Amino acid sequence: MALGLSSASPVKLHEFQAKQVLARAGIAIPEGRVATTPAEVEAAARAMGSGPWVVKAQVHVGGRGKAGGIKVANTPAEARTHAEAILGMDIKGLRVEKVYLERAAKIAKELYLGITLDRDRRCPVVMLSTVGGMDIEEVAASTPDRIARRWPSPLLGLLPFEARALVFAAGVDAAQRDGVADIAQRLYRTYEETDATLLEINPLFIQEDGSVIAGDAKLDIDDNALFRQHELAKLREVAPDEAAEEKARGLGFSYVQLEGDVGIIGNGAGLVMGTLDAVRNAGGRAANFLDVGGGAKEEVVRAALEIVLANPRVRSVFINIFGGITRGDEVAKGILSVIAEAPPKVPLVIRLSGTEAEAGRKLLEGAPLISKATMDEAAAEAVRAARASR
Amino acid sequence: MSVLLGKGTKVLVQGLGREGAFHAARMKEYGTRVVGATKPGKGGTTQDGIPLFDTVAQAVEATDANASIVFVPAQGARDAILEAIDSRIELVVAITEGIPVRDMVGIAAVLENVATTLVGPNCPGAITPGECKIGIMPAENFSPGAIGFVSRSGTLTYEIADLLTKAGLGQSTCLGIGGDPIIGLPTPDAVRLLNEDDATEAIVIVGEIGGAAEESAAEYMRAHGKKPAVAFIAGRSAPPGKRMGHAGAIVSGNQGTAESKVRAFEEADIRVANAPSEIPGLVKAALKGR
Repeated sequence: MALGLSSASPVKLHEFQAKQVLARAGIAIPEGRVATTPAEVEAAARAMGSGPWVVKAQVHVGGRGKAGGIKVANTPAEARTHAEAILGMDIKGLRVEKVYLERAAKIAKELYLGITLDRDRRCPVVMLSTVGGMDIEEVAASTPDRIARRWPSPLLGLLPFEARALVFAAGVDAAQRDGVADIAQRLYRTYEETDATLLEINPLFIQEDGSVIAGDAKLDIDDNALFRQHELAKLREVAPDEAAEEKARGLGFSYVQLEGDVGIIGNGAGLVMGTLDAVRNAGGRAANFLDVGGGAKEEVVRAALEIVLANPRVRSVFINIFGGITRGDEVAKGILSVIAEAPPKVPLVIRLSGTEAEAGRKLLEGAPLISKATMDEAAAEAVRAARASR
Repeated sequence: MSVLLGKGTKVLVQGLGREGAFHAARMKEYGTRVVGATKPGKGGTTQDGIPLFDTVAQAVEATDANASIVFVPAQGARDAILEAIDSRIELVVAITEGIPVRDMVGIAAVLENVATTLVGPNCPGAITPGECKIGIMPAENFSPGAIGFVSRSGTLTYEIADLLTKAGLGQSTCLGIGGDPIIGLPTPDAVRLLNEDDATEAIVIVGEIGGAAEESAAEYMRAHGKKPAVAFIAGRSAPPGKRMGHAGAIVSGNQGTAESKVRAFEEADIRVANAPSEIPGLVKAALKGR
């Protein structure tokens, strides 16, 4: 479970991957091995010696425990049985392909330690709480004073006195103060070095022998920083429901699938958001968000229209272009090339304005689409057309 | 001179590549005083009639530039912005998209202790119509007047400027502040500049879902507002947790929702338009009601 707000479309690491990053930073983690079959799990348990072990589903969603994706095993055979149940399991729409077998910690207490971006203070925030475990979001909502917070200067990092202030404010037991403060500083350095937008250890276990060890780990990487995070960039996995979004990313525009039936194409994130709102104002619902970006050429517009039309829910398409860097004639050519190849089965409504809009409208004359002068008129027409073709 | 930029502004271009060169030419056409550009190793030569310098410090020394526009790609943008700040450039406009959050967090910390104002990144720039344009916006949609305009969006800014212009509502200064989670001049700071500007009679605030900048701006206007304001929030129909193109436009939990922003504006007596097309009418009504 995560407390952070991830700011972008981050690369999400699996627990076993994030724990490797923590281990390299000198933060203790339980011994563990990743496996993709029940036989591998059983063999790994035997190789690791005495149990008990924990078998943990590796999927990019929170709430694995509640969904039955985390189970304790006392024998290698039991680990195998749990792996059989967990591998292939569906957790919130994601199929479990890998499990992580870990030596079970001897838990005395559970803490929470996390770092994320505080947009309003414009710097990272480090959070520590002695109320760790699965319900940290509830703690944040109901008793926020149970979470100690510190906002280090991005220029200096988390200083030793700040880490001490955190452990005192959170009320960490005297025996673990130095250890937890040390982990907080290591975690902060890792947050910086990995260009994380969220880095969290929840729970951070205090074991019966007093040692401190990471029970779970969550690490999201800023996708804008992948140019300098080559190793971590390789770990991006695309969920099945994000395939179209990933394809769009490859083509240089952003696409988000939504629930409605009016397909949307526009240029500029704000204008597209405004277009979604205009469709809602007209009584309809958008099927997607699609921003072709600045200066989109014919082939990008063409690819965008193909992605929108590939969504079976789409009953009409509203193309809203306010030309700046993007030229109306390029947009028109992209649309015409799609129509020439395979005429869309749903009505297209277009509103072209700005740079070369006149030239674009000329090119589109006689083509099977509806042209409107303003955003509001075009939205109303697209909603009407979607209703009519249902 | 309205806010941040006007007739006396001398602009340096950082990153005179294809895009930078194209927009530098458009800026010159508009009448902006483009006095130089930095291109390490090419100092002493010219490109498209623009004198080139090896460093920002040399350019400032030679030209008295007091503003810069950054087109440098994301990998080098942090360095370019910090170089401009180091040379005490008063206004830096960063057009660059995709700068890592960590780099912007560091720059934001540096900005706390210097006099430089950073507009952007990931923004269309700033324009005082009829005087000076430092950005990539199509100039024909803007006209001189008394409406101060701040927006987190790009194209939507052009759309709304066009609507204002067609309604006879010229603009004092338009600030396209950018759609990233961490920006140099957040909405409340931009609103404060326009509120204190004598050339501005009314303010149009265009926000987006995500963050709490609109709420803070509303709070500021409730306490200190000297002139009427009208707002619009893009993304009212967006589902939570999804990024809508702009990295900043993401709703997490109850934070950053359109409802929270609309409520904050209404509590500050600022009318919120349901669509961009309503904005000019609301501005006229607000000016009359003064």
